[in-house]
Amino acid sequence: MAPAAAAPDGAVGQDGPDAAPADVEMMFGVPLTHSRGQVVLHPGRDGYVDLVRDLRTAGYWMCVDLCAVDYLGHDGERALPPGVAAERFEVVTNFLNQTDRSRVRVRVQVPADDPTLPTLFVLHPGVQNHERETFDLFGIRFDGHPDMTRILLPDDWEGHPLRKDDHLGRIPVQFKGAPSAR
Amino acid sequence: MSATETTETTETTDTGATGVGANPVDPGGSARADAAVDLGVLDGALDRLTGDESVLRMSETEAEERSGYQPPTDEGVGERMIMNMGPQHPSTHGVLRLVLELDGELITRSKPVIGYLHTGMEKTGEQLTYLQGPTNVTRMDYAAPLFNELVFSLATEELLGIEVPERAQWIRMLMCELNRLTSHMLFMATNGMDLGAVGMMLYGWREREEFLRFLEMVTGLRMNHNYIRPGGVAADLPDGWREHLGSLLDVLPDRLEEFDVLMTGQPIWRERLQGVGVLTAEEAISLGATGPLLRSTGYAWDLRRDMPYLRYDEVDFDVIVGSYGDSFDRYAIRLAEIRESIRIIRQCMDKMPPGDYRIQDKKVTPPPRARIDESMEALIHHFKIFTEGFKVPEGEVYVAVENPRGELGCYLVSDGSSHPVRMHIRGPSFVNLQTLPHLMKDSLLADTVAIVSSVDPIMGDVDR
Repeated sequence: MAPAAAAPDGAVGQDGPDAAPADVEMMFGVPLTHSRGQVVLHPGRDGYVDLVRDLRTAGYWMCVDLCAVDYLGHDGERALPPGVAAERFEVVTNFLNQTDRSRVRVRVQVPADDPTLPTLFVLHPGVQNHERETFDLFGIRFDGHPDMTRILLPDDWEGHPLRKDDHLGRIPVQFKGAPSAR
Repeated sequence: MSATETTETTETTDTGATGVGANPVDPGGSARADAAVDLGVLDGALDRLTGDESVLRMSETEAEERSGYQPPTDEGVGERMIMNMGPQHPSTHGVLRLVLELDGELITRSKPVIGYLHTGMEKTGEQLTYLQGPTNVTRMDYAAPLFNELVFSLATEELLGIEVPERAQWIRMLMCELNRLTSHMLFMATNGMDLGAVGMMLYGWREREEFLRFLEMVTGLRMNHNYIRPGGVAADLPDGWREHLGSLLDVLPDRLEEFDVLMTGQPIWRERLQGVGVLTAEEAISLGATGPLLRSTGYAWDLRRDMPYLRYDEVDFDVIVGSYGDSFDRYAIRLAEIRESIRIIRQCMDKMPPGDYRIQDKKVTPPPRARIDESMEALIHHFKIFTEGFKVPEGEVYVAVENPRGELGCYLVSDGSSHPVRMHIRGPSFVNLQTLPHLMKDSLLADTVAIVSSVDPIMGDVDR
């Protein structure tokens, strides 16, 4: 068992996505913030998979949850550490260390003009459904996912309903194969 | 796997649920009789789980088109048959569809197809205020609605930075354990019915209904209660609750003995479940499976004990684990968990403190009815809370509780207004369903029903 990754200066470091200022708390070379007492890591898209691999080695074996947030129209504070630029989408992953009984959350910024992210399937096969759901409802693609298809909505659905600019309440009925009344 | 040594502890083993033991509560210590899992073992499972040997990667449309006979391929794969099971199959607990690839009667690969019950509840959650939120989330896992309300309320309270009064916490615990009990009763009934023990369906339903009647007495509704709300609970326990509940709990242990007679000891029941749908601890962890599914592998993980919320650190109960990770273990764990819930409920009854059932914070909870008649401010607060809702400070938070099926999580993002920017529910059924192809690999078609039933997916929680 690798020691707990609670130490702010993780031993297995690699360079962060941006050279963050020295006063920012770091873990595995990634800037760290606290949200209501919970540990949140902010890797860049390039360092995302490496960070998750380090976390897994450090005992965060279970990827409990993965979801996305659309921050379109959100004009408040996003509590990001300096050096991390806010983008429209954010993919949020929750990891659980069952030996230490601790949790870590990873928030990755995903730009609207290129909504892709590498998959975690190779490390945590359990994210398969979550990544498909995120693709389905947000239109964020996960590169390397073995089955990047819609999961909740029909295959021929148009749009991604959990995006803030999806037409709320004005969705044309999209039942497939429904026989016409006449 | 070294989990077999856990089987000798405590009284739960001699009630007939052989193969399942209890892991004594040990909140601080690390001496857990766990299945041996380390990173090497996990990596070993990874190849198996990420490969194409058990999961059929095929879109819904393709599965429809290719349904039927598949001739042998040039690569040496023999004759196969693609079959769609469900979504109307009676054993699929609603609307689960399974695409199965069969070699004769053996299942080679499979894929659960979901979404038939998707109603966009996470999107709906963004339109509702935090006070209206529980009415929405309670409809997700409809067999355990109070847990949904609980996790949403806990997340909201975490963002607000408030702590609910002690009595409210104990009431929440009491009600949730009752709900766990009814949920497991539902499993007993449907699992029995799926496997041909039709009498069991009536027994399970009968006991569940007794307890639902109690839930109705407290909350006003049998299901979808909207009882646990941010700031506390909707109403105090009614007069006579203690006597009513006590009389129910007095008869239940004898009824559970009947379950044992009907099922646990029966050779047909055991033949049908033992060794069917086997999962290892490392597979469960890699796939994110939690709840009875994970515990059946011998890995003792229960958020109530390991990451306590409410007052679970003040009650005494055992975490039930299995040894073989098969369908029988999952059945026996749920039966034993009903007994553990009775223990917790009795302790809640003994320890129920006096006091307020919701926080007296006029920004979060409506004022008491009597105050509205005498105070203009109270009337205004009441009006504002129910029309525009209360504002929640900016931030994001993830809170998890142990629901009857595993870890139920809620991720809330607030921008400081009275509606969440994002309300995501991590449903245990949604994640646990991913184990199905691995559980069904190389098993008989006839065992599919037993395996699906033992995972106990609630489709409302899967599709949301």
